[in-house]
Amino acid sequence: MARTTTVKDVRGAGWTPWLYLAPALVVLAGLLVYPIYQLGLISFLEYTQAQVSGGEPTTFRGLDNYAELFADEQFWSVLGATVVFAAACVLCTLAVGCALAVLLTRVRALPRTLLMLASLGAWATPAITGSTVWVFLFDADFGPVNKLLGLTDHSWTYGRYSAFALVLFAVVWCSFPFVMVTMYAGIRAIPAEVLEAAALDGASTWRIWRSVMAPMLRPILVVVTIQSIIWDFKVFTQIYVMTGGGGIAGQNLVLNVYAYQKAFASSQYSLGSAIGVVMLLILLVVTLVYLRVIRRKGEEL
Amino acid sequence: MIRRPWRLAAELTALLTAVVVAFPLYWMALSAFKPAGEVQSTQPRPWTLSPTLDSFRRVFEQQDFGRYFLNSLLVAGTVVLASALIAFLAATAVTRFRFRFRTTLLIMFLIAQMVPIEALTIPMFFLMRDAGLLNTLGSLVLPHLAFSLPFAIWMLRGFVRAVPESLEEQAYLDGASRTRFLWQILFPLVFPGLTAVSVFSFISTWNDFLFAKSFIISATENSTLPMALLVFFDTDTPDWGGVMAASTVMTIPVLVFFVLVQRRLVSGLGGAVKD
Repeated sequence: MARTTTVKDVRGAGWTPWLYLAPALVVLAGLLVYPIYQLGLISFLEYTQAQVSGGEPTTFRGLDNYAELFADEQFWSVLGATVVFAAACVLCTLAVGCALAVLLTRVRALPRTLLMLASLGAWATPAITGSTVWVFLFDADFGPVNKLLGLTDHSWTYGRYSAFALVLFAVVWCSFPFVMVTMYAGIRAIPAEVLEAAALDGASTWRIWRSVMAPMLRPILVVVTIQSIIWDFKVFTQIYVMTGGGGIAGQNLVLNVYAYQKAFASSQYSLGSAIGVVMLLILLVVTLVYLRVIRRKGEEL
Repeated sequence: MIRRPWRLAAELTALLTAVVVAFPLYWMALSAFKPAGEVQSTQPRPWTLSPTLDSFRRVFEQQDFGRYFLNSLLVAGTVVLASALIAFLAATAVTRFRFRFRTTLLIMFLIAQMVPIEALTIPMFFLMRDAGLLNTLGSLVLPHLAFSLPFAIWMLRGFVRAVPESLEEQAYLDGASRTRFLWQILFPLVFPGLTAVSVFSFISTWNDFLFAKSFIISATENSTLPMALLVFFDTDTPDWGGVMAASTVMTIPVLVFFVLVQRRLVSGLGGAVKD
């Protein structure tokens, strides 16, 4: 953007922007950049209970922690479970969110408002209370869902897949509203004239959807997809609360909970950090894709 | 445009979906008001004829629940105020000035948003320990401040940019200093944006479970709500009435906050998307 000389240029902005930025930069350097550096550092050290409170010297282990991690079968199974679980959550969230966004454009004000309000309620619910409520809904003895389905004494948290499914319900329930609201705003932002013109030219509903609306909505869809991937990949609270810290014999562990358990339950801080680094790298890749997409959209930073 | 039976079907689907989506919250509130016998009943009914405050009373009496509630409010409130101020200054810097590394900084803020805070629990734990902040509310305020800043700056940017440059030039011509412009002109104009941003900081802090669990270990008087809730939940025979009452108390502030800024939130997001 070509900019003419403005007053602040004349006055010589110089150090002013840095002054304004200083508090933010101090906080971020101390509480975000430094911990990331520490995370990387710990993952290369021998760092267990003995070093933390026993006063034993820390030793540098190089890549040994990673070698130990990658040789561990459980790590690969947890990684696999995390990817599959996140993918399932993302797909369900997007499907429900998009379908309801389209539905919202087809109904009158009253049903629309009601659905909007209900969804905002689900969106606002803290992850932890959402978790307790969903566990209660599916409780083997007192839950209304089993009663409705005619299941007696069927425990949802016992089996690996049914426990994951239960967590998936809770996650989708609180994350589809974001997709729905955003997509709805996107659909409403398409100028009515464009749709009318297409209809006048004799395009069918399907054709309008495929050739006019879908291309216009694609950038928004990409943004919500990547946001969902990032959120669902790092689900912690729901898994931790609903499956009691990762399920029976760790069958419902995802990377995040796994790292936490390694560090705080078994005091293997270096292994926990190595898992954290793996997560960070995976999410960094997703973020870079996201950056490319929004820069291609030509947004001015 | 759409034929009648289809529209009717669509509206029925919308209503039905609304009921399903609202059901968990309804069930939570309902169970909180049910007498104990009805909550722990194998014949759950979707209504109650004898609502009672017993569960709430139990929650507030057995634990230091009121205290936990205040702690949660204090932590979230501090984060909201501090992050709003700091983010306002930073957003002003990156939108109203051109300087070296500006674009680099913006990309850093964007990447920082994606950092999974959970992955940093371990180094954060040692950082708080070394700073002597473990078991204090400060150990919850500081990390959340850091984690809500990048998003707050990113979102406020749009609101600051929307204030016309001409207004700024006019202010300087009228003899206002930069500080005066910042606080007496820009700040009030950006205030609606600040509330929208605050919702996000408030909710992410209020909802925090991991740090509350990891950093407040022995000083239970500094615990926040999630821990109090888990006391009722984390046993072989959970006190469901208590859990639901505590969950209701924890959900209400967020719901109120959400409803208050709902319009702004939805349009704000729409705007962010159209950007």
